[in-house]
Amino acid sequence: MNPKTVPEKADPTIQFQNVTYSINSTVHHKIVSEISLAVTAGQTLLLLGRSGSGKTTLLRLINRLLVPSGGEVIVHGRPTTDWDPIRLRRGIGYVIQDAGLFPHFTVAENIALVPTLEKWDVARTTARVNDLLMLVGLDPGEFAGRKPHELSGGQRQRVGVARALAVDPPILLMDEPFGALDPVTRAELQREFSALACRLGKTIVFVTHDLREALLLASRIILLEGGRIVADATPQEFPRIDHPEVRAFTASLAPLNGAQA
Amino acid sequence: MNAWRFFLEHRAEILGATANHLALVVISMAFAIAIAVPLGMVIVHRRTLRNLALGLASIFQTIPSLALFGFLIPIPFIGGIGRRTAIVALVLYALLPILRNTYVGLTGIDPAVLEAAEAMGMTERQILWRVRLPLARAVILAGIRTATIITIGVATIAAAIGAGGLGTFIFRGVAMVSDAVILAGAIPAALLAIAADLLLGWLERRLKTV
Repeated sequence: MNPKTVPEKADPTIQFQNVTYSINSTVHHKIVSEISLAVTAGQTLLLLGRSGSGKTTLLRLINRLLVPSGGEVIVHGRPTTDWDPIRLRRGIGYVIQDAGLFPHFTVAENIALVPTLEKWDVARTTARVNDLLMLVGLDPGEFAGRKPHELSGGQRQRVGVARALAVDPPILLMDEPFGALDPVTRAELQREFSALACRLGKTIVFVTHDLREALLLASRIILLEGGRIVADATPQEFPRIDHPEVRAFTASLAPLNGAQA
Repeated sequence: MNAWRFFLEHRAEILGATANHLALVVISMAFAIAIAVPLGMVIVHRRTLRNLALGLASIFQTIPSLALFGFLIPIPFIGGIGRRTAIVALVLYALLPILRNTYVGLTGIDPAVLEAAEAMGMTERQILWRVRLPLARAVILAGIRTATIITIGVATIAAAIGAGGLGTFIFRGVAMVSDAVILAGAIPAALLAIAADLLLGWLERRLKTV
């Protein structure tokens, strides 16, 4: 069906069909242009690119925080414009850089947000919150009652991941979730998340500007430049692609042996 | 005349005027809050109405208070001499601080929090009631506090149109060229303002979420 990448037999979970997104200002400025792309179930797709390359825009088109100006984004077989946005979003986990935890909610209340919106009963919600805290490596007894401002950056991000997983959504969108963390904590969370992602088998779309992160976590890497896809490869193939932007990214890796960027 | 003796001799009258003044303020603030807070919630997502409401509230604030009381007297239903007119004017005065703080409080929320709320499938209404309002309440209360203090002061002028309150002593004192009589109105008014400031300030700190 999709000529570009030939996926396994299963229908793609997320599909971009010739998607363009532009802002209507004085000049018609295209943020992403004619993107076609299929993400199959269970894939961990890394959207890699510099700032302004359109990677976050692609992510936000999936849960209809944005609506395409042209083309269609299809999730579970239906264009996002046909979905009730609330229903669509409740089935998609979302993690962002600053976690976006509600400062007036406790950790437990933050994680319980979507279950509460979905009117789960209290016992089920509490059990789920405890399971999730354990899953992300936080002791429920110690952390459930804390407020976000009583957590470290790494702990906040763990809560962010737990909150996104609360109702076990099949799709997880992550926008530079570890970008604001110190390098040690970041590496720790990347390793743990990598293991978690394997175990959960979710379809994950993950935005980053860090090639190392992409190589570590991805089952597939898409490189964006100026709102267009310039490379689409597995982490094994990716560094060998002959494209100036790919070389720019691989070159950014080189000095990392000595100093941290 | 000695101010202290005047206080003692007229304490019942002063107490009555203070109660009257407080009633004027409480009633006016109740109306102002009932109008400005919901209006502040509505204008979060409506730009035209927002500009209109904030602009109009600002205009009321710029009219000198004595002039505003004067303007209202000839207006039917809300106007005339007395308490009702005074309350209308006081409400108009109190609108801006409450309206502006409500709007600023509801919109000045960490964009990451709002993005997360939207992305997790909260409706506009749920975001307003469960995220924006709880996070904005201290800012809204700060607006109510400012408005209350302004209202306590402006309410003294309401005596000019026969609304009673502590302004009665002030106007009488000015006419009699008597400091003692002026102070009999001014001191209780100042004490009311200080008390309101302390009480609402304490409440504001209690309501701070983080």
